[in-house]
Amino acid sequence: MARLDDEMLVCRCEEVTVGEIREAIAQGAFDVVGVKRRTRAGMGLCQGRTCEKLVQQIISQELHVGPTETGVTSTRQPVRPITYGALAEAEW
Amino acid sequence: MLTRELLVIGAGPAGLAAAIEAAKNGVKDILVCDLNMKAGGQLFKQIHKFFGSKEHNAGVRGIDQGVQMLKEAEELGIEIWLNSAVVGFFGDKIACIEQGQPDGTKKIVYMQPKTIVIATGAQENVVRFKGWTTPGVMGAGAAQTMINVNRVQPGKNIVMLGTGNVGLIVSYQLMQAGCNVVCIVEAAPGIGGYGVHASKVSRAGVPIYCSHTIKEVKGDGPDGRVSEVTIIGLDEKWQPIEGTEKTFEADTVTLAAGLKPVSDLVKLQDIEIVFNNAFGWVPVHNDKMQTTAKGIYVAGDTTGSEEANTAMEEGKLAGVSVAEELGYITMDEAKDQRDQIWDRLRGLRTGPFGEKRAIAKVVQMGKFPVD
Repeated sequence: MARLDDEMLVCRCEEVTVGEIREAIAQGAFDVVGVKRRTRAGMGLCQGRTCEKLVQQIISQELHVGPTETGVTSTRQPVRPITYGALAEAEW
Repeated sequence: MLTRELLVIGAGPAGLAAAIEAAKNGVKDILVCDLNMKAGGQLFKQIHKFFGSKEHNAGVRGIDQGVQMLKEAEELGIEIWLNSAVVGFFGDKIACIEQGQPDGTKKIVYMQPKTIVIATGAQENVVRFKGWTTPGVMGAGAAQTMINVNRVQPGKNIVMLGTGNVGLIVSYQLMQAGCNVVCIVEAAPGIGGYGVHASKVSRAGVPIYCSHTIKEVKGDGPDGRVSEVTIIGLDEKWQPIEGTEKTFEADTVTLAAGLKPVSDLVKLQDIEIVFNNAFGWVPVHNDKMQTTAKGIYVAGDTTGSEEANTAMEEGKLAGVSVAEELGYITMDEAKDQRDQIWDRLRGLRTGPFGEKRAIAKVVQMGKFPVD
């Protein structure tokens, strides 16, 4: 059933809505990483810096679980956007 | 590959204190990296005088303390790279740094220092409500940077969400910068911060709505900017009460909803992190500020958001421990110094806010594995 805030954005970088995150949870996602794999929430420019907390809150509300269960977002290198040019000219 | 005796990541109060304390204890060849254009972290936003005792610089403004620390760092020969973010962190303490060049371009360099202090601070939490992505909605800390560092008003009419000390102090500073604070909204039944700060804004005529939250922000202003903010009352179960809405004209919404430690670099080194009610997800460390990875230390808000004074003391602990690990001071000398710092830290972590943090710290350190 559609809910009032389903259209609200959660991950601005990847344009993922509350409804899409609820859908991912309904399909079996139970933590931040599970939601990320299904929806791309947290995979954009800011790497989940902004939306991690919001995704944690939504999982908590939907599944009635605490922070230890929702977990944190996974971290990948590079943690901030860099250009291919800079990487190519890197000095080892 | 480049190397250093100590790489400090973050030139805020914790990072600078760590570098200075390490240098004073004999550590050479210290580099501090910061992704900002200016060192000093949040100190240069803090135009207000600090609370506390004399040994904690009570009565001194954050900006003056920042100037003092930068002077000390320079006198001790500490190297500072600005506009330089650590973007990768792998292997045995290998940091990939995007080094800012004088011409504004960036160059990637790799560095394997002997020791590392991670002092990457914290970032602001967001709150979601209808229209939270509208231009003009921003963190209270972002607004504070605009007025106190860049001297730009974030807007004319501002609604502040959150009555913690950040919400209250930034509201007052926004007024000092010539903005109109329309109201302050707080979801809890009572004000979160110190009464003295709340009185200051109340006396200036700013209404504070407790047990209220933002229901909706309309973006009908120029370029889709915030034009209207509707707040709504909350019952004792934090549920919105229909019919209690109030609508204000405003062009800016500032969110003071707490801070989240920046832990991406910590996670890349497989340092153990734990959830803590007072601080959120934080790296486990011991009383030396050492993490579960050898040679890597943490200090300041990245280990749990507190204040500039506690960040500096934690930085000093890390600095002393680095000097000990590198063999510049003996175990006993290090312990003596740390005991003194811990005495001051315990002094800072008192009162209704401090005690909660003191207990949280004990729990956090209690998770450190004993060998």
